[in-house]
Amino acid sequence: MINAIPLEYYLGLASIIFLIGTVGVLVRRNAIIVFMSIELMLNSVNLTFVGFSTYLGDTAGQVFVFFVMAVAAAEAAIGLAIVLALFRNKQTIYVDEVNVLKW
Amino acid sequence: MSLTLLLFLILGVLSIASAIVTISSRNPVVSAMALVLHFFMLSGLYLTLQAQFVAVMQILVYAGAIMVLVVFVIMLLNLGDEKKLSEKWNIRRIVAILFAFVLAIQFISIYITNLPDAAFIPESAAFNGTVQAIGTDLFTNYLVQFEAIAVLLLAAIVGALLLAKRKIT
Repeated sequence: MINAIPLEYYLGLASIIFLIGTVGVLVRRNAIIVFMSIELMLNSVNLTFVGFSTYLGDTAGQVFVFFVMAVAAAEAAIGLAIVLALFRNKQTIYVDEVNVLKW
Repeated sequence: MSLTLLLFLILGVLSIASAIVTISSRNPVVSAMALVLHFFMLSGLYLTLQAQFVAVMQILVYAGAIMVLVVFVIMLLNLGDEKKLSEKWNIRRIVAILFAFVLAIQFISIYITNLPDAAFIPESAAFNGTVQAIGTDLFTNYLVQFEAIAVLLLAAIVGALLLAKRKIT
């Protein structure tokens, strides 16, 4: 099959998106934005999985993407519940103002 | 330049741009909407990789379920625009971000130099992306993992309910 897009393009794109997600986690102080940055990182890994799955002609990568999505959904439910509980107790969602465990 | 490559470039540039907007916007709602756009662009990229099932799941699960949850939480918290975007900058954070860039360069270099023999999409790829192929694999080779995911989701439901409760009696 003739294909115009090399696999490297997908992998490079996934690396860039992963980098953006990493910077978001490290820099932002809003817990919800940190949370969305984690989703960005998970998605870039998914893109890598699907890329390899397609180019190697193997279904396993797409099955793994399915699992990653399920874990991400569970993580979203729990993480946002934690953010809500945090806001109820401390009236803030900025991670630099939550320093109970800091000493 | 072929049409497929043009499509890839449009989707790729838009996905990177929306990812940058997601992490740099002051308004959380703008961030969430940019992330929805990003998920749609990724779904298009999956389609160029002939992974129809994953593309549909991407929209259903991420754009449909997770982002609704995030937008709902933003609404409940009633947040305004952030005055200070990032935490205080110190040497530790700068080094951390430098290491993030080093990590990305490593990823890219590993990918470019050490690829398996995968120059062309094999003929079987179009079938591998269908619900039938993934479903067969999921319910034969990965049955135990599939059941484990069910237990995980149940635990997540119970945990979320417990955390969201005002008082545990």
